[in-house]
Amino acid sequence: MLTILFDGIAYGMLLFILAVGLCITMGLMNFINLAHGAFAMVGGYLTVVLMQRYGVPFMLCLPIAFLGSAVLGAVLERTLYRPMYSKPHLDQVLFSIGLTFMAVAATDYFMGSTQQIMQLPEWLKGRTELFGSEQWSLGMGHYRLFIIAVCAALTIVLQAILVKTRFGSRLRASVDDPRVAAGLGINVNVVFATTFAVGSGLAGLGGALGAEVLGLDPTFPLKFMVYFLIVVAVGGTTSITGPLLAALLLGIADVAGKYYIPKLGAFIVYVLMIAILVWRPEGLFVRKARK
Amino acid sequence: MQKRQFIQATALAVASMATSGVMAQDNVFKIGLILPMTGPFASTGKQIEAAVRLYMAQNGSSVAGKKVEIILKDDTSAPDVTKRIAQELVANDKVNVLAGFGLTPLAFATAPVATQSKTPMVVMAAATSSITEASPYIVRTSFTAAQVVTALADWAAKNNIKRVVSLVTDFGPGADSEKYFSERFLFNGGTVIEKLRVPLRNPDFAPFLQKVRDAKADAMFAFVPSGAGSALMKQFAERGLDKAGIRVIAEGSVTDDDILNSMGEVAMGVVSSHHYSANHNSAMNKKFVEAFGKANGGLRPNFMAVGGYDGMRVIYEAAKTTKGGTGEALLNAMKGQIFESPRGPMFIDAQTRDVVHNVYIRKVDRVGGELHNVEFATITDVKDPAKTK
Repeated sequence: MLTILFDGIAYGMLLFILAVGLCITMGLMNFINLAHGAFAMVGGYLTVVLMQRYGVPFMLCLPIAFLGSAVLGAVLERTLYRPMYSKPHLDQVLFSIGLTFMAVAATDYFMGSTQQIMQLPEWLKGRTELFGSEQWSLGMGHYRLFIIAVCAALTIVLQAILVKTRFGSRLRASVDDPRVAAGLGINVNVVFATTFAVGSGLAGLGGALGAEVLGLDPTFPLKFMVYFLIVVAVGGTTSITGPLLAALLLGIADVAGKYYIPKLGAFIVYVLMIAILVWRPEGLFVRKARK
Repeated sequence: MQKRQFIQATALAVASMATSGVMAQDNVFKIGLILPMTGPFASTGKQIEAAVRLYMAQNGSSVAGKKVEIILKDDTSAPDVTKRIAQELVANDKVNVLAGFGLTPLAFATAPVATQSKTPMVVMAAATSSITEASPYIVRTSFTAAQVVTALADWAAKNNIKRVVSLVTDFGPGADSEKYFSERFLFNGGTVIEKLRVPLRNPDFAPFLQKVRDAKADAMFAFVPSGAGSALMKQFAERGLDKAGIRVIAEGSVTDDDILNSMGEVAMGVVSSHHYSANHNSAMNKKFVEAFGKANGGLRPNFMAVGGYDGMRVIYEAAKTTKGGTGEALLNAMKGQIFESPRGPMFIDAQTRDVVHNVYIRKVDRVGGELHNVEFATITDVKDPAKTK
C-alpha cells in the first residue's frame, strides 16, 4: 500500500515538473501555450540521443536537456510567441496547437516513430525494500526516489525565486500591469523572455526525467497535453503550491486507481477532475480570481 | 448515408467490371500494398515493405509473363483512411490483390471493399482471429494471437506454473490473447488469479506490475504491442519481480526481434511463444535473415517481415497458377497452398483461409553477442483454435 503511495508521489512529481512551466506561462503571463509538451519532448529526445549516440552520462544530460529546451524556448519566444501575447486566447490556442502538430511531425520525420529506449546508469536501477510486513511494505525504486528528490528541490527553489527575489517581484509586477511596470524601469520583455525560457527548460527537464517512466515517442506532446491541462485547471495558476498539490493528487489517484480498480484504470483521473471542477470551478487552490 | 453507400457500391461494381476488361489488355499484375508507414506502427510497415521488396528481388519482378507492380500506400493507422485507399486502389488502379494491413481495425474496415469488389485481400500482419471471417476474400499469412497463446498455456501448465496473472493491452489482439490463454490454462488445471488490462495509451506499468507482485503469482502472462515490450520488461525488473521469483511468459510480440537487442539485460530469460524467430534454425531462414539484413542496413527481420514475405509467396504462386488472374480464381489458387517459409512449414487452410503453422516456445538468450529468441520446443501444425467449432 505504501508502495502504491510512493509510486503515486513519484508520478505526481513528474507531472508537476512537466506542467509547472505551463502554469507559469498561463497564470503569470496569461498566455495559453498548448505546445508546452513539445518542449518536454525536445528535452527527452536530447537526453536519449546524447546518451545513446554520444555516451554522455545521464547526470550531465539532465542540465543539457534543461538548457537546450530553455534556449529553444527563448528563441521561439522572441520570434514566434511575442507577437501572440496581445492576441485573443483563441488565436493563441490555435497557434500553439499548430506548433505542437509541427513538432510531432518533425520528430516523426527525423527520429522515427518508435518508442525510444533509454538505459539508466546502474546506481539508479536498484530498489530498496522497507518494512517486511505484508500490508505496509514499502518498495522504492531508486529512480523514482531520484525523481522525487529532484522535483522537491526544484519546487523549493522556484517558490523561493518567485516570492523572495527581486526578479520574482519584477515578474509579478510585469504580469499585473506591464505598462506601469515598464514605466518603473522594468524591462518587461526581458522578464517575460526569461520566464518563458525557464518554463520551457523545466518542461525539457521533465521530459528527460520522464522518458524512462512515461515513454517517449513523437506523440508525447499530444498524449500528455491533457494531463498538463488537468494539473493547471485543478491546481489553479496563481501559485506554485496549487499545481504541486494538484499534480500529486492526480498522480496518486491515477496509480492507486489503476491498482485497486484496474477495470476503470485510466478513467479515474477524469472522474476526479470533473468532481473537483464541479465543486470548485476555479480550481482547488485559488485565493481570489484576478480581474 | 444510403445515397453514399449506393454511390460506393455502384463505383465498386463498375470498377470490378472494368477490372476484368482492363486487366486482360495490359500486362501488369498489380498488388495494392496498404501499410502503416508513419505513426506509432511505422516499424510494422517498414518491416513488411522490406520483406516484400526482398521477395521480389529474389523471385523476379514478373510472374506468368506479367510485370508485378507494387502500389504502396500509407494508411496512417486510421481505419477510414485504409478503407478509402482500398477503394481507390480497387476502383482507379484496378489492383489484382490487396495486401498489408498492420492492425486489426484496418483489416476490418477494408473487408467490405474486398467482398464487394471480389478482390482477394492478403492480411500480412493483423492477428485477431475473427478477421478472416469478415470477408470470404481474406487470406492470412501472419498468425493469430489465439494460436500462439494456447501453445504457451500448454507449455506453462507442464512446467510448474500453476498460478498466473495475465497482463494484456486493452485492444483486439490483447483481449483475444487473454481469452484463449486463460481458457486453455484453466483447462490444463491452472489458475488465472487476475486479469489485468492496460490501456493502450498507458506508458506507466507501475500499478499493474505492483498488482502482479502482490498477487504472488508463479508467472505473469503478458501481451503488449511490440514497442511497449521494452518498457514493460524494464519496469518488471525495476520493481524486483524477477527477484520475487515471478517468471514472465509472453506472447512473442513482447520480445519482438526488431527491438529485442536494444532491450538489454532485462529481457534475458523471458519465455515466449510465437511462430517466428529470426534465430529459427533452418537453411531457408538463415538465407532470409542474411539477405534481409544486407538489403536493409543490418535490420533484423521480425514476425511482421515474415508475414509479408510469405504473403508475397502466396500471391506469386496464385498468380502463376492462374496466369495473372483476378477475383475468385486468384483467391482459390491461394487456398490450400503448402510450402516452407522462413518460419518453418506452413499452409493456408482451404476452409478457413487462415494460416496453419508450427508454434515455437522460445527463451531470450545471447547468441553471438546479440539477444535472440532461442526456440527450444515446437508444437506442430497449430490451427487457429478460434475456428475449431
